[in-house]
Amino acid sequence: MPEVEISREGAVMVVTLNRPDVLNALNAAVHAGLASALEEARSPDVRAVVVTGAGRGFCVGQDLGEFRVETGDIGTRLRDLYHPNVLALRAIEKPVIAAVNGAAAGAGLSLACACDIRIASASATFVPAFINIGLIPDSGGSFFVTRLLGHARAFEWLCSGRKLTAPEAQAWGLVATVVDGDQLLGQAMELATQLAAMPTAAIGMTKRLLDRAASAALEDQLELEAQLQAAATKTGDFREGVASFLEKRQPRFTGR
Amino acid sequence: MSEELVLVHRDEPIATVLINRPKRLNALSDDLMDTLVRALQELDADDTVRCIVLGGSERAFAAGADIGELARSSAIELYYARRIERWDAIRNLWTPLVAAVSGFCLGGGNELAMSCDLIVASESARFGQPETGLGIIPGAGGTQRLTRAVGKALAMDMILTGRMLSAREALSAGLVARVVTREAWLEEAERLAREIASKGPVATRLAKEAVDRAYEGTLQLGLEYERRALYLAFASEDAREGLEAFAEKRKPDFRGR
Repeated sequence: MPEVEISREGAVMVVTLNRPDVLNALNAAVHAGLASALEEARSPDVRAVVVTGAGRGFCVGQDLGEFRVETGDIGTRLRDLYHPNVLALRAIEKPVIAAVNGAAAGAGLSLACACDIRIASASATFVPAFINIGLIPDSGGSFFVTRLLGHARAFEWLCSGRKLTAPEAQAWGLVATVVDGDQLLGQAMELATQLAAMPTAAIGMTKRLLDRAASAALEDQLELEAQLQAAATKTGDFREGVASFLEKRQPRFTGR
Repeated sequence: MSEELVLVHRDEPIATVLINRPKRLNALSDDLMDTLVRALQELDADDTVRCIVLGGSERAFAAGADIGELARSSAIELYYARRIERWDAIRNLWTPLVAAVSGFCLGGGNELAMSCDLIVASESARFGQPETGLGIIPGAGGTQRLTRAVGKALAMDMILTGRMLSAREALSAGLVARVVTREAWLEEAERLAREIASKGPVATRLAKEAVDRAYEGTLQLGLEYERRALYLAFASEDAREGLEAFAEKRKPDFRGR
């Protein structure tokens, strides 16, 4: 079995981290598998992505066992293996849903937070983990957690390293929905299928706008909206949206 | 020739010239440069063209020189072919030239973009001078124009390490004038070109020359040049028209005289 499994259901692509015996800890093979999955996710016939983990865990971050045989410079490792995937994930111009089935810890938490929507099983846990072994949040953890939770809550959480349950994570707004474990993938697929039927090019542009919004000046954001709206009006989905509205029928969007 | 190396589209008062060698990421071969220079000179000679947009494709403005062609040439052949000197023709154009850069803008591509009057960059643009990685150096203005545009520290970083700048970095470094969204890289450059084309053509040319003077000679000479250029602009019919239209709160009708 490959360390990262890819499957398709219609326009939805499911990426499953597949090292269940180590709670899907990240090693070189997982990074490589994730890289090719993210590459494939750019294909125009994929219109929504679900990321999940096999077995009991979502992803517990760096495989510390790997460090026993191969230490090397962690900075180089982050730049070479982690960063390209974090950037590639954010660059996917379609909705990416994390179906968090179990523990999301360390870089696994960063991975979940890099997705656009998080759905969790009731037994899922969210653990910054880094601080507990004297490290700092990496692979985008400091960036995404701050944006999702705000500075005050991010500081308290990332510096205490305490484990957050799924309901707590939902109360904080980190997680959109909490469902029973056996329903998690079904719910995630349902949401992904709904989103995949939307005008996904406009979803991609909205994603870019939101990514920019946190650091942009209002003038620049307005200008970007004007340029992207002009691009959106050139899509087939916009024509279909207007036509279906006028003809009082359900639209059939294609993502183009 | 099966495919045109350069596509020209006129939409008065502007013209758009696109480098079209998609299979080679718009690598700038001798043939291509000759065709490009001829196309630009032809548009430059046409009074109805008041601004030119020079672009590539969404994937690449131009990824650099044609390395294969370069590798086959000897130094003396390059010297006698006056290969790089041909680029000077672009600097000598009168018509304002806007580079619309999307995707890779590397080596000779970046030098070509810098030869234009200003650069509009797509968010996807990447600027770099990777020549030293191939054991050569920039030869069409890279060491000089990049240094003037972004300063010594960043120019050294880019040229000595091959570091590529993102569009945002290029904007804050002063290499590009505007960053626009990927979807609109050409439209926004054309919109800017139309803004330029709507101004007085005599004044635009004089202003372009005067700005170029800022990088040649002393400040004193530059100021002197600017003042004389203003007097000359003032003597134009367009200046009369522009000032009158302003007073009468109407749009000026510039004739380029």
